[in-house]
Amino acid sequence: MTLVGWLQISLTLLAVLLAIKPLGLYMSHVFAGERTLLSPVLNPVERAFYAVAGIDKSREQNWISYAFGVLLFSTAGFLVLYGILRLQDILPLNPQGFAGVAPDLAFNTAVSFITNTNWQSYGGETTMSHFSQMAGLTVQNFLSAATGMAIAVALSRAFVRSNMTTLGNFWVDMTRATLYVLLPLAVIVALLFIALGMPQTLDGSFTATTLEGAKQIISTGPVASQEAIKQLGTNGGGFFNVNAAHPFENPNAFSNYLGVFSMLVVSSAMVYAFGQIAGHRRQAWALLSAMAILLIIGIGAVYWAETSGNPILTQLGVDSLQGNMEGKEIRFGQAGTALYAAVTTGLSNGGVNAMHASLTPLGGLIPMFLIQLGEVLPGGVGSGLYGMVIFAILTVFVAGLMVGRTPEFLGKKIESREMKFAMLAVLVLPLAILGFTAISAILPVGLAGLLNKGPHGLSEILYAYSSAAGNNGSAFAGLTANSIWYNTTLGIAMLLGRFAYIVPVLAIAGSLVGKQKVPASAGTFPTDGPLFVGLLIGIIIILGGLQYFPALALGPIVEHFLMLSGQTF
Amino acid sequence: MLNQLRPAIVLTLSLTIVTGLLYPLAMTGIGQTLFATQANSSQIKRGDTIVGSSLIGQNFTSDIYFWPRPSATSPDPYNAAASSGSNLGPTSAALVERVKTSVESFKSAGVTTAIPADAVTSSASGIDPDISVDYAMLQVARVAQARGLDPEAVSQQVKANTRQAVLGIFGEVGVNVLALNLALDDLKK
Repeated sequence: MTLVGWLQISLTLLAVLLAIKPLGLYMSHVFAGERTLLSPVLNPVERAFYAVAGIDKSREQNWISYAFGVLLFSTAGFLVLYGILRLQDILPLNPQGFAGVAPDLAFNTAVSFITNTNWQSYGGETTMSHFSQMAGLTVQNFLSAATGMAIAVALSRAFVRSNMTTLGNFWVDMTRATLYVLLPLAVIVALLFIALGMPQTLDGSFTATTLEGAKQIISTGPVASQEAIKQLGTNGGGFFNVNAAHPFENPNAFSNYLGVFSMLVVSSAMVYAFGQIAGHRRQAWALLSAMAILLIIGIGAVYWAETSGNPILTQLGVDSLQGNMEGKEIRFGQAGTALYAAVTTGLSNGGVNAMHASLTPLGGLIPMFLIQLGEVLPGGVGSGLYGMVIFAILTVFVAGLMVGRTPEFLGKKIESREMKFAMLAVLVLPLAILGFTAISAILPVGLAGLLNKGPHGLSEILYAYSSAAGNNGSAFAGLTANSIWYNTTLGIAMLLGRFAYIVPVLAIAGSLVGKQKVPASAGTFPTDGPLFVGLLIGIIIILGGLQYFPALALGPIVEHFLMLSGQTF
Repeated sequence: MLNQLRPAIVLTLSLTIVTGLLYPLAMTGIGQTLFATQANSSQIKRGDTIVGSSLIGQNFTSDIYFWPRPSATSPDPYNAAASSGSNLGPTSAALVERVKTSVESFKSAGVTTAIPADAVTSSASGIDPDISVDYAMLQVARVAQARGLDPEAVSQQVKANTRQAVLGIFGEVGVNVLALNLALDDLKK
């Protein structure tokens, strides 16, 4: 670890911190339906959409109707994307002449993108036509993110309204998230990415004659436009097989900073917008502090583990100065790689700028653990916020039990109905992650996909289902996941992690919005101070740690000690 | 409930047009106009021939050139049409075996110091354009001898082609192998 490395990490995070308030305020205006800077341009477009779609924007929905809208919209997105992938051979913009995508891979990919997971069972440059990348994958990068933001906004409203049944209009929230927030940001970031060196062309590839006279075919395409929304929408599905480790998808240290910044900025601002909408900005900063503390510890841990290097290789006569360099790119350095690895998993982004499979055992443990904590640091756009609110509800409940008072959060009483739904939501993840991992670890079809042997093999499986259920999308990519078994079960894990989480969240919102907001009294446990932040961190770690510790002990932790003793597999 | 079918269909299609066609095509148009070099994949030309991209590593095996990092792409190293890392974990016997072979070939070529890590580990993309300064310096003697140049002149080229961190903070120090080799070839003329 170096001072300069930490300086790069700190300055990137500082840039995010400075952007949180202005962007969060802007977003709260957007979701309140107020006039903004972009209204003169976008308002006519928005109104035209509503007119054709038959949406009355003043008509609000109760939680069931809102949830039904989410499910219906996701289904429509799935069908369109599945169709595009299957039919890409007869659709336009296929300069490399790729065949239609196989049914199980198309299912997996379509589920992956509508759930904001963006797991890649495919290599982009060897599978997907430009049309699939643009009109298929890029679209869901916007829409799955906008859907998450809409749900977060609906939940935020539940804290400010009393004795009501409605949470807003899903179609309006989702459309505004896309047009007013994601699209303008994507335009700015895409142009910056191009300026920094990212290709943006409709060509499929070109052939270079190398200095030694060989032919090198170089795949390219409309990379920047996809990369921008991939980061902003915390999607993570790359244009290329190796994602943001590819020089075209992340050309230099500056595109790396901008990538990390773009990943973090919308999710973090969403928390601020929550505070603004719910009328409690200090709460937003308390949640952000908890997120930041855990995330920075995660970055530091990866940075430390990777610069410590691999003692087995040092023994062979490799200089330990650079740290562990297998699966890493020179241009990002260990600091830029650790920053990316922790942020992409603390968020539900899942893009990678290094091969996580080749990280040291502890360096790989951290990203996996950050996913298992529930993707709340600060998590996916929208999904991170509602995940964090669930943890906050659990925290006030536990605190309430300790002192024997009815727990409250932002003036709403948390009672058994909310707790049941919160537990439903948080239990879905371990069920999908540990359940599928256990099955895959004993079935021949599961073991057939492994590249690495020993504890690292178990880590490959555990990481895959953590990533799928957590809607992250990164991988220990030694696992050959493009098989019917993995495509199907990972697809199911993604669906569970997304929709079996969203519905309870909206049910909680529906329950809270009907309650009277009670004013804070002397006996109210303050949820915006350091004590609450500490408790919240504790709850997040206990829920993540206790559930997954046995599995992690058998994977990365035992591998760490075996590495120290020089054992290989 | 069924009254939500119409918005579901209409918004899916209309937002597909906006975010899936208008947005990427507009970015392509603006990018091609304002940043033509970058938008067209940072190609490097010598005369009419494209010799590569300044961002993409290419394979060098001849003694007169600096060599890049090991690459895990298949079927050949530095396949820029199918990027890939090795995905081998830290306790993989295959990884250790591969690194051992590489280290030994350096040692048999007379290297007595510890080998820079990037010289014996495969990159994430398999097409990493850069190597570390240490790895470049390790190759100076070989390249100088093969080219019949003074080693000092070759190491001058390495220094001239070393990318420094901006303000000493931003970015990693590294040497773009293709740029360095092109500079050496130009030296000859």
